[in-house]
This record gives sequence, C-alpha cells and structure tokens, in this order.
Amino acid sequence: MKKIISIIAAVLVMGWNPANSQTQKGSVLIKNATVLTVTKGILEDTDVLVENGIIKKIGKGLTASNVTTIDAKGKYLMPGIIDAHSHVALDAVNEGTAPITSEVRMADVIDPYDIGLYRALAGGVTVSHAMHGSANAIGGQNITLKHRYGSGIPDDLIMKDAARTIKFALGENPTRVHGRGNGIQPRSRMGVEAVIRNGFNDAIQYKKSWETYNNASKVKGATPVPPKYSERLQTLAEILDGKIIIHCHSYRADEIYMLINVCREFGITNIVFSHVNEGFKVAPELAEYTMGASVFADWWAYKFEVYYSTAYNAAILTQNGVITSINSDSGELIRHLYHEAGKAQRYGELTDEQTLALITINPAKQLGIADKVGSIEEGKQADLVIFNEHPLSVYAIPQMTFVDGVKYFDINEDQNDMRLKVEATESIEPIFLKEHDHKCMHGVDFFFTNFGRNLFDHEH
Amino acid sequence: MEDQNILKMKKINKIIYTVALLILPLLAQAQFDGEFIKPRNGRFLLQNATIVTVTKGNIENGSVLISNGKIEAVGKNIPAGDAEVIDCTGYYIYPGMFDSGSRLGLVEVNSVPETQDFAEIGQVTPNMQALVAVNPNSIAIPVTRVSGVTTTLATPSGGLFPGTAALINLNGYTADQMYAGFKGVVMNFPSSARRSTWDRRSDEDIKKEAEKAEKSLNEIWDRAVTFNELKKAEAALDYYPEIEQLAKVVAGELPLLVEVNAASDITLAIAWLQSKNVKAILTGVAEGWRVADKIAASKIPVITGPMLSIPTRNSDRFDAAYTNPGKMAKAGVKVVIRSNDAENTRNLPFNAGFAAAYGMGKEEALKAVTINAAEVFGVADRMGSIEQGKDATLFVSTGDPFETKTQIRHVFIDGYRVPMSNRHIKLYQEFLERSPGLKEN
Repeated sequence: MKKIISIIAAVLVMGWNPANSQTQKGSVLIKNATVLTVTKGILEDTDVLVENGIIKKIGKGLTASNVTTIDAKGKYLMPGIIDAHSHVALDAVNEGTAPITSEVRMADVIDPYDIGLYRALAGGVTVSHAMHGSANAIGGQNITLKHRYGSGIPDDLIMKDAARTIKFALGENPTRVHGRGNGIQPRSRMGVEAVIRNGFNDAIQYKKSWETYNNASKVKGATPVPPKYSERLQTLAEILDGKIIIHCHSYRADEIYMLINVCREFGITNIVFSHVNEGFKVAPELAEYTMGASVFADWWAYKFEVYYSTAYNAAILTQNGVITSINSDSGELIRHLYHEAGKAQRYGELTDEQTLALITINPAKQLGIADKVGSIEEGKQADLVIFNEHPLSVYAIPQMTFVDGVKYFDINEDQNDMRLKVEATESIEPIFLKEHDHKCMHGVDFFFTNFGRNLFDHEH
Repeated sequence: MEDQNILKMKKINKIIYTVALLILPLLAQAQFDGEFIKPRNGRFLLQNATIVTVTKGNIENGSVLISNGKIEAVGKNIPAGDAEVIDCTGYYIYPGMFDSGSRLGLVEVNSVPETQDFAEIGQVTPNMQALVAVNPNSIAIPVTRVSGVTTTLATPSGGLFPGTAALINLNGYTADQMYAGFKGVVMNFPSSARRSTWDRRSDEDIKKEAEKAEKSLNEIWDRAVTFNELKKAEAALDYYPEIEQLAKVVAGELPLLVEVNAASDITLAIAWLQSKNVKAILTGVAEGWRVADKIAASKIPVITGPMLSIPTRNSDRFDAAYTNPGKMAKAGVKVVIRSNDAENTRNLPFNAGFAAAYGMGKEEALKAVTINAAEVFGVADRMGSIEQGKDATLFVSTGDPFETKTQIRHVFIDGYRVPMSNRHIKLYQEFLERSPGLKEN
C-alpha cells in the first residue's frame, strides 16, 4: 500500500513538474516604502501592488484583498538588480577548443542547484547574464537567467522573453589560449581581428549559399543539393542580421576601437563591451556606436591589460553618454553589486539616480530586456528588492528579494543552510578559502598555472 | 653728458638683467607643462573639523596642529602661529587606517610573474624580508593612500614559513623611510581544509597531508628551540639563517603571524601556540565565528579579512563572512581587519563598513582598522589615534570613511601632506572630456 502511495505521489509530482506548467508568479502589496523607481524618480511613502508577477499599480493608500501585505515603512524599495556579466549557475564556462564556438549554448549547462543563486538573491540580484567564458574570440551563446532558486529545474531559471546574446573576447585571453596554448591564430590582437572578420565573411558566404539553394529549390522540378548546415555559421549570420546582441570581453582601448570599426563595417549595432577597463579612453566612440559598456567598479592590475585602468571608468563613461552598467563576473561580487555601483560615487561623484541605473535599467538595456525589468513602473515584471537603508550606503542590507512577485529571499526567514541538495558522497564538507568557480577563464585554467604555482586571485 | 649716458646705460642694463632674471625660471621650465606635486612636510593647522580621535571621543569644531611629523596639539582654539592653515569646516579628521594584511607594493601586476615578489621558493623561508621587496614607487601606493589607508602590513605568502612581514607607511622613497616599526614572522598553519574548488584531493589525503605537515612543523620548531638554547649558551653556531630567524620567535623577540582559517585548524593552532608559549597573532580566521569563545579564552588577537568574500562552506549562511568579525568581537576577541588584497587595498574601509553593518558596529569596526591594529603591532604609543605627541598620520574626509560616497580631502603620513593624486585620478582628469572627442575620419 505504502509503495502504491509513493508511486502515485511520484506520478503526481512528475505531473506537477513546473517545466510543464507556467513559471511561478506571485502577488504582493508592499506598503509605505521609499520607492526608488530609477526611471521616474523617488516616491516617498508609496505602495506598490503586484498581481500575478506584474507591477499593477504604484501609488498611495493602495489596498488589495487576498494578497500578502508587507509594511516597508522606513525601508527602500528598488528594482531587482541585474548583473550583465556572470557565470553563476553554470556547470561549464569555456568551450576552449576553437577560436570560434558560436554553436555552443550556455542554456545547456545551467546548474539550478548552485548556492551562488541564493547568495545573489541575498544581495538583491534577480537577473543575471550567464555567459560563456573568454577563451575564444567568438565564444558561445549566453543565457539570461531569472533567479527562481528552488525548483531544481534548469528551464525554470531561463528568462524566456530575453534577447539572444553571444560572447566575444579580445586581447590576452583568446591569444593565450589559442595562440600560445594551441599554436593557432589568434596569437596577437591582429589575429583576433582577423578571426572575427573571417567569421563574419564566412557567414555572409554561408547565407548566400542557402539563399542560392532556396531560390533554386523554387524552380519546378529542380533538385539542388542543399549546403551543409552549420550551427556555427548560422549563429554568426544571425548576428549580422541583428538578431543577437554581442557582449564582448575587452580591456584595451585599441581593441575596443577595432571591434567598433569591424561592427560598423558589417552593419552591426547590437554590441555591448564588457569589462572594458580602458573604455573611458574611447568613451565618445562607445557612446556613438554601441549599446554601451559593462564594467567593474574598481578592479585593475590583476593582469597587464588592466594596468592602465581607473576606478573613475564608470563615471567617465556615464558623463560621456555611454550606457554603462556595473557587473560582477564573480560569485563574490554578485552578492554586493549595490555596493560596487556605489563606488561610482566615491570615484566620480555620480548622482544616486545615475548610480542606481548602473545595476538596473542600464544592464536591462544591454540585455534587451529594458521593457520588462530594470525599473519600478506599472506593467513591468515585479522583480523587487527591499533594503533597510539606502542601497548605495555601505551599511545597507537587503531584506527581501522578489522575482515575478514571488519572494525568494527574506532575511528573517533565512534557514542558514539554503542548499537544495547535498552530495551523497560528501563526508567532510569542503571548506573553500577562495572562490574560483564563477569566472571568465573557468575550464582553461591549466594554461595559467604559472610554473605549477597558481598565485592569482582574479582572472577575467 | 657722458656720465648721464653711462648712467642711462647702466639703468637699461639693470632693467635687462631684471627682466632676464624674471624670465629665466620660466625659460628653464618651458619644456615641461604642468607642475609635479610632491609630498611635503611642515607646520599645518587643520581647523574647524570634527575630530574622531578614536581613543578620546569626538571633538566638535576642533583643530589639529601638525609639526615635525607629529601631532603637536589637538583641541579647540589652537593658534595658527606660522603654520599653514587648512580650513576643514564641515569635514572630519580620522587617524590613518591600517590594512593589517596586504600585498601592496609586493606585486605590481598580479598575473605577471616578473612583478610578483611576495612568495619565495621553499617551505621554510622565514628569513625572507617583505620589507626589502616593497616597491616604494608602486603605482598602487598613491592609488591606495588617497583612501585614507596610510599603513599596511606587507605580508609574504606561500609555504610553511614564507617570510617576515613588515608594517609600512604609504609614503617614502626607501624601505627605511616607509618602515613603521613592526615585524612578524608569517606561518601558514598546516590546513585540513580544501584549498579551493580546484582542490581535488580526497578527504583522507587532505588529513594525511595535514598530519605530515604538522609533524614536519614540530621538527623545524625543535631546531629553532635548540638554536635558541645554543645561542643563549653562547655556543659557536653555523650560519643557518632560516632557523636563526625562527629562534627569534622562540626567544620572544618577534611575534608569529599564524595564518589559519578552518575552525578545526584554529583550535589546533591555539593548542599548538599555547604549548610553544610564543607571542602570536592569528590571521585570516575565516571560520573564527565557529570557535569565537576558544579564541577569546586564548587571548590571542586576530587579524581577519576580507569580509567581502564568500562563505567558507556551501551550507553556511550567506552573510557568514560579513558577520565573522562582529561575532568574534562580541565574544571578546581583539579583532583587527585586513583586506588581504594588493592593488585594491583601498577597499579596506568598505570591508570594515560591511563588518560594521553586519553586527560589529561602526565604533568597533573603526577601532579594528586603527587603534586595535596599532596595539596588536605594539605601535600604539605612536599610531592608531589622534592624540597629542603621536605621529601625524591622519586624513580629512567629508564624512564617515567607510561610507561609499564619502570623499577623502587630505592625507598626512608622518607629517607629510601627500598629494591627492594618482594614476587613476590623472586618467580621470585627462579623459572626462577627451580632446579631440568624437571625430569622423
């Protein structure tokens, strides 16, 4: 009998598999908060009503029946933080086997059990851009995640209405992996340009051969031979068609300028530069020709190509009209992006609104999701965070984090151990004194062991 | 008539000479644009500030008189005399902050081996002196000191006894000018923890290796004890620099900085240190909160950090690293905070800010980067607070230095007013409005 019940239960559970149903959406009424809308100013003592995952109404004295009400008096409500460069919740990061690997997809390697997701939620981050690594000039296709931690189903994490994006990488990483590591192009920044240019030209040829075939097929009685299908070239062709946004790992001004020129030549406007430590040197060009720059707040000197950096990068870019975001590229930094953004006030004295935009509406624009998330506006998805103090204060502590109106983090309900599963083989729990998982060069570290000693803290 | 002409000529000559003399310095400098600002000392009166002394409360509308590298006077209504007056109305004066564990100056570019001077080859190299490898002209030093971090513990790493750490001030052109009066021998206590996510050793192997390391540690220690005894007996000794340096620890001349992080290792380290009866400071102590009472009972001070790091275990609460210093301080441990960084040692105040927010409180966190550090290093008679007679190592800010948006206005190190400039700032000045801007070909 017991057995039968458990079988029935199992069937029921499988039948209720959220993969088969809609993603969970919640309703909630948050009252009396200082609402930092980001796009529409600051609203004091204001209520936000969320219905079925969507911000329904923003105003004063709102009421709703059968909806959880949260009194946020004296607290700050801001849009869920968006990380435009992350490797959290990924089983693999680099397919470092060729200078172009546009055929691989990060959507295939999502790890929904990663505790990093919960830690990010505890830092108010609701959306992250889970990226391929920087080993290849043209890497894999990234995936934008919503941090719906808990189901254990990869598909639940995917933000299905997000734009498609792909990783590119310039400079030291691709030239080391392929040039120095494998003895093939690219070995220099000249080679990186050539690899990308060749890729785009191959894609044009590829597109043409399919067009020729398709036209030939239309002729009655014709039996033309179709060209060989290539996922790699097909993806590149879709970049040329403007269907995919490039997110390019880059550091030096010359290489950034190079790719801007290549993109202009091929008619590509959907491009965001990531890390882009020397972006400040080509800020006018970034403002004019790209979808902006996603930078670190203050990281520098961890490798030679970031030696001539400045912590004023975000401020210079912003003041030059570049759409600028602050990203983590790290399972550590993703936990306090609100503080990382705040550093643009220490270094460059940006206003609160400019600074909050760095981690909300601006990364949303760069990911092609600004019509859905990134600000508190009626009709947008209800990704929200409540802070005890102004989020740009070093003393601010996130209190609650909502994705689609569903609460995934509550500091008062934290259970300490928030893992979804424990390894059956684990006898002594590992103690990690360094974070190595979530970063750009994951999976190709053997190229960087530096005579057997690894002494790096950061590798990006 | 002739006389008059001569007089006239003389007058003209005089004018020419005067004009030439006036122009001369301009001509001499004409090949360079812009002035180079050097650190300079002298008598300075910082007027009308809120002085956060750390040890003696706050003084509103107070002044600090700096002279000969020292704080000559602190209080209200101090006459300026011949001192250069710096108006600090609306500003705050704090003692310079200590980063009590940093690679600043020991590495220039992290991934370039030619610039890594913090780790030597070998397991037992306590005689390696971090002080000799500090590059006083490292680009990262001025980048750091404008944050109000004026003093760092330059710390070597790697191996069992990687070397001797040295306290340095972030101004000066030689090691001796920078040296701030404390040295300690670094020891990495044999660890039973997994080093990182890459550490693929089995639990058994980790345990075995830790046991082996402890055995070899005890053998090395015994040698140092013997060396010390022979030295006391004035025996003729062979040149044995590693053991000679360790013998200084045995003799109590130098303290031991014991890097230890996992809870079980901390317990073992305390027991080991007590059995050897040496002066020690625990460093790292990432899991200190698990054994805070034991650390407090041992009375061994702790240098911990960074707070801005992930929890050591996946089962830990998300804020385990943020709350660690507060939990230890509450248990009665003397806590000092470090960044354990190099080029971003400037983030020390933000680490302290997180510690403050997550349970430590602002006052205790401020002590953890000022007076507590000075006391642990035995330099509190000269440093760590704003008091008459102490070194003039301090800074002026628009507010709480932990708060992200606060601006630091002036920094003084040993009485030197250091320029509020560095490469990061110069790049900002050059590129905020680039010239030429956007220009089509």
